[in-house]
Amino acid sequence: MKILVCVSKTPDTTAKIAFTDNNTKFVQDGVQWIINPYDEWYALVRAIELKEKDAATTIHLITVGAADCEPIIRKALALGGDEAIRVNADSHDSFYIASQIAAIAKEGGYDLVFTGKETIDYNGSSIGGMVAELLDMPYVSLATKFDLNGTTATINREIEGGEESCEVSLPVVLSAQKGMAEQRIPNMKGIMGARTKPLKVVEPIAVTPLTSIASFEMPPAKAGVKLVAADTPEELVRLLHEEAKVF
Amino acid sequence: MSVLVIIDQSEGHIKKSSFEAATYGADVARQLNTTATAIVLGNVQDDLAALGKYGITKVLTVANDALNHFDAQAYTNVIAQAVNATSATVVVLSHNVNGKALAPRLSAKLQAGMIAGAVALPDTSNGFIVRKGVFSGKAFANISISTAVKIISLNANAYQTKTTEGSATVEAFAANIPAPRIKVTATNKITGQVPLSEAELVISGGRGLKGPENWGMIEDLASLLGAATACSRAVADAHWRPHHEHVGQTGGAVAPNLYFAVGISGAIQHLAGVNRSKVIVVINKDPEAPFFKAADYGIVGDAFEVMPKIIEAVKKLKGVA
Ligand SMILES: Cc1cc2nc3c(=O)[nH]c(=O)nc-3n(C[C@H](O)[C@H](O)[C@H](O)COP(=O)(O)OP(=O)(O)OC[C@H]3O[C@@H](n4cnc5c(N)ncnc54)[C@H](O)[C@@H]3O)c2cc1C
Ligand SMILES: Nc1ncnc2c1ncn2[C@@H]1O[C@H](COP(=O)(O)O)[C@@H](O)[C@H]1O
Repeated sequence: MKILVCVSKTPDTTAKIAFTDNNTKFVQDGVQWIINPYDEWYALVRAIELKEKDAATTIHLITVGAADCEPIIRKALALGGDEAIRVNADSHDSFYIASQIAAIAKEGGYDLVFTGKETIDYNGSSIGGMVAELLDMPYVSLATKFDLNGTTATINREIEGGEESCEVSLPVVLSAQKGMAEQRIPNMKGIMGARTKPLKVVEPIAVTPLTSIASFEMPPAKAGVKLVAADTPEELVRLLHEEAKVF
Repeated sequence: MSVLVIIDQSEGHIKKSSFEAATYGADVARQLNTTATAIVLGNVQDDLAALGKYGITKVLTVANDALNHFDAQAYTNVIAQAVNATSATVVVLSHNVNGKALAPRLSAKLQAGMIAGAVALPDTSNGFIVRKGVFSGKAFANISISTAVKIISLNANAYQTKTTEGSATVEAFAANIPAPRIKVTATNKITGQVPLSEAELVISGGRGLKGPENWGMIEDLASLLGAATACSRAVADAHWRPHHEHVGQTGGAVAPNLYFAVGISGAIQHLAGVNRSKVIVVINKDPEAPFFKAADYGIVGDAFEVMPKIIEAVKKLKGVA
C-alpha cells in the first residue's frame, strides 16, 4: 500500500493580503507560510494513521513549488511520511500542477492519492479531480472518513445537507476535510528525523497552462457597522426587513 | 458555438443552485450571441421545459437509472460527449459539492481551462476573464482562460436568478454510459433543515451562548426565517453543536444573503468562512469584538436579553402568534 499526499504552501490565514505591480502580484513580505491546513490536518494525518495501523507501507509527500517550499515540506515530514518529492515549478494553474502530480503518481504506482479539500489561498478545490481524471481513477471529494478493508476503501463524503458512505476499489484519489483526522503537533523526534529524510527535487514535465491570473482586486470596503441600541432590538428587525431587505 | 449548463439534481429534483447556473449560462450565451442548452443526467420529476424561464433554449436529458446517483467519472464522460455534440465553448455548473468533483475532471478531460467559484459574468472585452474569490474571501482574482472550451463553476448565491416567460424544448441525448466505479452504500441526510451550503439566511452562535442548552433562541429565529443554523469552531469543538455546522477556515464556507452571528468574537479564521455573506449582523456584548469591523448591522448587548426581543419582533413581522 503506497500513499501519495499532496501538500502545498499557503499564507497563514492571519497574513495581510496586499498586491503590487499593478495588482498582479501578491505581496509576500512578512507573510508567514504554512502547510495548507486541509493537507496537513486531514490528508497527511490520516495517511500517517493508516501507516501506524500497518495499512500503509509507504507515504510519499509531493509538492509542486519553488525551493522556498522546502521548510513546509520538512515540517510535513516532521509529522510523518517517508520521503518527499518537490517538482521544481512555480505555477498557479491547477491543470499544470495536477499534470505534474499525475506524472509522479503514475510513475510511483500509488494506491491512494490524498489531497486537501482546497488550498486556502487559491480556493480551487480542483487539483484532486484533475489528477483523478488524468490517471483515470475514481475521485471521492470532500471526504470526512476513510478506512481500508483489503483493497476496498470505505469512505464518507459530504453531500448537500448530509453525508453519504461509499465503497470503491483502490487505486483512488481523495480530497480530505474536517472529520478525517485530528490535528497533530510534530514532536522532537519527528523534527530531528525529518532533517535526514530524502527530499527529491525533480524537474517538471512540459505542460501548457490553461489559465493565468490577469489581476487581483480587493473587495470594496465595508461602509461600517450600523449599530442599533440594545434596548430597541426591534429596530434591527425593521432595518433588516426594510433597508437590507434580507427577509 | 454554444453554452452548456449542467443541471444538478438530487432525488429527482433540480437543485436551487442550478437555477442560478441556468440564469448565468443564459446571460453568458447572450454575451456571446449564442444560445444556452442545459443537460440533466438521471431521472428527474421536475418540469424541465420550465428551465426556459431562466433563458435555456433546449434541455438534453440522459434519463438513465445508472445516472440517478452522482458519479463524477461517469458524469464527466457523458457530459464530454454532450460538449462535443453541442459544440459548446462554455460549460457552466454550480460550485457545490458535486460541481467541485465534476468541473476539474471535465477540465482535465477536455483540456479546458476552468474557473472554480466564479462570482461574476466573464469580461469578454479583451480575451475571456472571470472573477473569483481568493484568500478565503479576502480578495478577488481575475483569471484569464486561454483555451477554446471554458468551464465556469459558479459560487452559490453569487448570481441572482431571473425569470421571464419561456419554455425550453426537451430532448433525449443518446450517450454511452460508463458503469460507475463508486458504490454508494448509505445516505444520511439531516432532514427538516436547510442545508448550510445552499442557505440564503444563516443564524449562527458562538461560545458567548454559554452552552448547548441555550441554542433554542438560535433555532427559533432560524425556523421563523427558514434559515440554516451554524456555529463557530469553538462551539463544535466543545460538542455543543455537530461539526457540520462549523464555519470558517477549517469548516464550511457560506455566502448567504444574511449571516446573523450571536456571541461570536469574529476571529479571522471564522471570518474566512463567512466574509462573502452579503449582510452580516453581529450581536455581541463586547463593543471591541473584532466581528463588528466586518459587520453591516450590530447590537452591542447581551444575547440573552436581545435575542428574545428580536424573536418577538420577527414573529410580529411574520404574523406568527
Ligand atoms: C488554524 C486555526 C483555524 C481555525 N479555524 C476556525 C474555523 O474554521 N472556524 C472558527 O469559528 N474558528 C476557527 N478557529 C478558532 C478561532 O480562532 C476562534 O478561537 C473561534 O472562532 C472562537 O469562537 P467564538 O467566537 O465562538 O468564541 P470566543 O472567542 O470565546 O468568543 C465568544 C464571544 O461571545 C461574546 N459574548 C460572551 N457572552 C455574551 C453574551 N451574553 N451576549 C453576547 N455576546 C457574548 C464575547 O464577547 C466574545 O466575543 C481557528 C483557529 C486556528 C488557530
Ligand atoms: N502546488 C501544489 N503542490 C502539491 N499539491 C498541491 C498544490 N496545490 C494544491 N495541491 C493539493 O491539491 C489540493 C486542492 O488544491 P486546490 O485545487 O488549489 O484548491 C490541496 O489541498 C493540496 O492537497
